[in-house]
Amino acid sequence: MKSTLRKKWMTTFILLLVALLTLSACNTPAPAPAPTPTPTPAPAKLTGDIIIDGSSTVFPITEAVAEEFRKVNPDVNISIGVSGTGGGFKKFTIGETDISNASRPIKESEAAIAKENKIDYVEFQIAFDGLSVMVNKSNDFVESLTMDELKAIWSPDSTVKTWRDVRAEWPNEPIKLYAPGTDSGTFDYFTEVVNGKSGAVRTDFTPSEDDNVLVQGIAGDKYSLGFFGFAYYVENKDILKIVKIDAGKGPVEPTFETIKDGTYAPLSRPVFMYVTEKALVKDHVNAFVTYFLTEGTDLIKEVGYVQLEESLYAEGLAKLK
Amino acid sequence: MKNPISYNKRREFSNKLAHFLFATAAFVSIFVLVILLSDLIARGSRFINWEFFMNFPSRFASKSGILPAMLGSLWLVVLTALISIPLSISAAVYLEEYAMENRFTRFIKINISNLAGVPSIVYGILGLSFFVRTLGLGRSILSGALTMSLLIMPIMIVATQEAIRMIPASLREGSYALGASKWKTVKGIVLPSALPGILTGVILAISRALGESAPLLLVGAFSFVSTLPKGIMDSFIVMPIQIYTWMSKPSADFRDLTAAAIMILMALLLTLNMTAIIIRNKFQQTYE
Repeated sequence: MKSTLRKKWMTTFILLLVALLTLSACNTPAPAPAPTPTPTPAPAKLTGDIIIDGSSTVFPITEAVAEEFRKVNPDVNISIGVSGTGGGFKKFTIGETDISNASRPIKESEAAIAKENKIDYVEFQIAFDGLSVMVNKSNDFVESLTMDELKAIWSPDSTVKTWRDVRAEWPNEPIKLYAPGTDSGTFDYFTEVVNGKSGAVRTDFTPSEDDNVLVQGIAGDKYSLGFFGFAYYVENKDILKIVKIDAGKGPVEPTFETIKDGTYAPLSRPVFMYVTEKALVKDHVNAFVTYFLTEGTDLIKEVGYVQLEESLYAEGLAKLK
Repeated sequence: MKNPISYNKRREFSNKLAHFLFATAAFVSIFVLVILLSDLIARGSRFINWEFFMNFPSRFASKSGILPAMLGSLWLVVLTALISIPLSISAAVYLEEYAMENRFTRFIKINISNLAGVPSIVYGILGLSFFVRTLGLGRSILSGALTMSLLIMPIMIVATQEAIRMIPASLREGSYALGASKWKTVKGIVLPSALPGILTGVILAISRALGESAPLLLVGAFSFVSTLPKGIMDSFIVMPIQIYTWMSKPSADFRDLTAAAIMILMALLLTLNMTAIIIRNKFQQTYE
């Protein structure tokens, strides 16, 4: 009696397990969505793994390129992680990844580790991002800020507590600051350009690794100020107000044009991709990087970043040969 | 001298008050769940269609799908279950049935209970340095499943121990009286009678593994993969990480897509729990 009941139960359990396994197994080899027909037939079928990690800022670009690349080369396995620029380089410089996404150039200390581990790499500029300084939509007094005012607000020894401390005619209301977390390349770049030293900043601001938290924070706080990547401004134009930046040549608003032609200096910055030479000699990695710098560049604007001049992509392609 | 009428009224009142407080407590949690679910459904349901289940993630919210994340989660959970369930049950049986009651076993038991409360990120760090780097398993499903197994084994061991302790001694003694060996008793009496309790622990633990993201981020789950996992050494993405990735995208459409993904994850958890509860109840009835 008991043993038949136990058998019954065991059968149910095993059946369930088998069902789960077959479900995953039969789904696995099926090539998922219908491949879109491409005009250029790939000469040889490329296979292999590409391990990418790094900046969350660059992730949307790489993801978009990988999305299109896999339609042409469905057997190349591209895996993209998001560990931040610094976190990505930690893995890249010990040889755990093939490509590192970075929203700032590699630091000397990181390059030294790579050299120690005999990791040779090539740097590619892939796009521009314009760090956008934002205030609340109902803020009616701030139109532009000079670089000096930004420095006064953000420097480590800042005495700015209220908006009046920035400009005398502005209201005597406490200024609430929002910024990306200290692990991000965006934070490194902003502090370097504004305060003169990467990582040097006052400490009483609200940090978040998730830029949407910054967007929500600024949108919900009338006397707030914050900065983040251009893509987040593009998507949130209706709930935030952009601040024009005056670096001595008059106030400039970040747009696709001003970022591309360099008038939105110095807060426009290039973003990078680092590829190990060991990976670059492999056909599938080479094909991916080539695709990135040719057809892939059309995707950059779609995800809210700014394309480089054609000549810069040509320079990158030349490094591939 | 107490007035018996007012005394009775007081009793009635406190009785009603208790009733009211307990009911409020129950309704508050249900209310929150209803709000959460209705918000999710209102935002996410427009994305749920066949393509959503069959597509890869895309830069366009409307073309995005959850297939790689769903399969990744499935691979991870099944492998985790295969590793952790036999190990946990065996460990619990050893501790309850075989091990001598001495200082060493008490030390082990206390440690297992403590491990059940260790923050999950700590297991992630362990997984990264031990499975990914020292053992060289890389950022694979296997590394993830081993880490997850470590994370949920204490929960399962403690639950199994509790279940075994609940078995009346008379059952065991009856088995011994009939001449059964220790192994036969464990196999024939202890495990079957403890199964409902063991299954409860397994359900809770597996659900936890399905919803965890922090340790997997450290162990190296990816935010995007371009091919589906074919084996335990492949790279992978899981649903909680897909949800996080979409949540942090700039466009508002992706936040609604996130709601859709959360709906699927919750449905998956619910199905898992329901299946296990049904099996458990069926089994429980046959033994009473």
